[in-house]
Amino acid sequence: MNNIWGFTISNARAINYDKNDHSFAQYIIEKVPSIQLCIGCGGCTATCTAGMFTEFNIRKLQMLVKRGENQEAYDNLHKCMLCGKCLLVCPRGVDTRRMIFNMLKYIDNQKQ
Amino acid sequence: MKLEAKQQIWKDYQKEIADDRYYYARSCIRQTFFPGSEWAYLDILGNKLGKTVFDDPRHTTCTGIGYHSDVVPVETIMTVVARHFALMTEAGFENITPSCITSFGIYTEILHTWQEHPETEEQTREFLWKATHREFKKPKNLAHTSDVIYKFRNEIAALKQHSLTDVHTGRPLRVVDHIGCHYAKMFPSQGIGGAEFPAVLSGMVTAWGGEPVDYPERRHCCGFGFRNYLVLANRGYSVANSKKKFESMQPYEPDFIITNCPGCAMFLDKWQYTISEMEGTTYGKNGYGIPVLTYEEAAALVLGYDPWEIGLQMHQVSVEPLLEKMGIPYDPDAKYRNLRGEDMGRPACPTYLKV
Repeated sequence: MNNIWGFTISNARAINYDKNDHSFAQYIIEKVPSIQLCIGCGGCTATCTAGMFTEFNIRKLQMLVKRGENQEAYDNLHKCMLCGKCLLVCPRGVDTRRMIFNMLKYIDNQKQ
Repeated sequence: MKLEAKQQIWKDYQKEIADDRYYYARSCIRQTFFPGSEWAYLDILGNKLGKTVFDDPRHTTCTGIGYHSDVVPVETIMTVVARHFALMTEAGFENITPSCITSFGIYTEILHTWQEHPETEEQTREFLWKATHREFKKPKNLAHTSDVIYKFRNEIAALKQHSLTDVHTGRPLRVVDHIGCHYAKMFPSQGIGGAEFPAVLSGMVTAWGGEPVDYPERRHCCGFGFRNYLVLANRGYSVANSKKKFESMQPYEPDFIITNCPGCAMFLDKWQYTISEMEGTTYGKNGYGIPVLTYEEAAALVLGYDPWEIGLQMHQVSVEPLLEKMGIPYDPDAKYRNLRGEDMGRPACPTYLKV
C-alpha cells in the first residue's frame, strides 16, 4: 500500500494483558517461586553494579516479565553480571540471581 | 427507596436548559462538512417544535481552533466571544446555544474565568468597546444544541416517522455514542450526566427506540485535539485514537455512531476511510464502515426528513445500510444531485471501504 499521507498510524502504548505471552513469566515463577514475594521496593536496583553503568533495572525487568512484555526484558538481560549483590539486600528474600539465571536459560532454550 | 436515592443523585448531573428563544452560534466545522446538519437543527426547532431561534449572519468563529493551537491569545478570544454576547444582547436574546462543542467549552471557560477573575471581564469590556463600540450582557443560559435536542427528545419522539429499530427484525438499533471532550470533561457540571455518565446522546437514542452500547473506550477522545491534527507529524497519534475506539466498539456490531461534537463527527467518519486506505481495515459489516451521524441528523431521520436533504451524502461512510435497516425510503439516483436536480459529480471510490 502506498503511503500518500505523510504520516502513519501510531502504535498504541497501552499494555494488553490478554494478548501478551505469559509463558515466560509462568516458567520463571515455577523455577523461582520466591519472585512472587517481591514488593517492588527497588533495593535490588539501587545496589546493582550493572545499573550504575547501564540502564539495567531488575525491578523493571521483573515487572516487564510479569506483564508479558518479554522483548524488552530479553534486550536487557545480558547486562547482568550475576554478582548477586541484589540477593544480599532483598528484604523479602527473593532469589534474584537465580531468577536472572533462569531467565537467561529460558532464552537459550528458546533459541535452540 | 433505592430508586429515590438514585434519582436524588441524578439531579446533581442535570443542568438548566432554556425553554425557548435561542441565539444560535454556528460551528466552523459542522457548517463546512455537514451543512445539512445545522439546517436540520434550525428546521426542527423552528418548524417542528415551534421554537424561536435566531441564526445571526453577523456571528463569526469563536476562534477556538486558533486558541487551542496557541495562535490566538486569550485576550483576543475573550473579546471575540464578548462580541458574540453583544450581538446576542442587541438581538434581544438571553439564551445562547452554540452548535460547536469547542465553542461551548470556550464560552463556559470564559464565563467561568470572568466569574473567578472579574478584572478580565472588565478588560474585555474595554477591548470590545475600543474595537467595536459594543456592550454586552452575559447570557442567562448557556446550553449546547445537543442539550436542547435532549430537552425536547420526547417531543421529537412523539412526532417520529421512523424508530431507531431494524424494521426487518424489530430489534432496537445498537448505537454507540461519542461525547465531545469539551462538552463535559472540562466542566463536568455543565454536561448532562457529567463526564462520568454521559446521557445527552444515549438519552436521545433511548427515547427514539434505539439501544445505547456502553463500550470500553466510550469516553476516549476521538483524537482531533487541534494540535494533534493540525501538525502533520502528530496525525499518526490522532488517527490512533480513533482506531482505538473503532477496535473497542467493533465487537458490539454497532449500527451507527452518534456524536455531538462537529470535530468528532468529521474524524470518526473520515478516519475510517484513512485507516482503510492505510491498513485495509474496515469496521462495519461486509466491508462497509460504521455510519456516523450527528444528533441533528439522527433526529431528522427519526422525523422523516429525506436523507439527501439533510446532507447525508456528504459523509465518507455510506449511510445506505442504516437507512435500509430503519426502513427509510431514499432515491439512490438523487444522492449526488443538488436541490435544483443538477448532477454534482461523484467522488472517487475508496480502495477498500465499500460505499
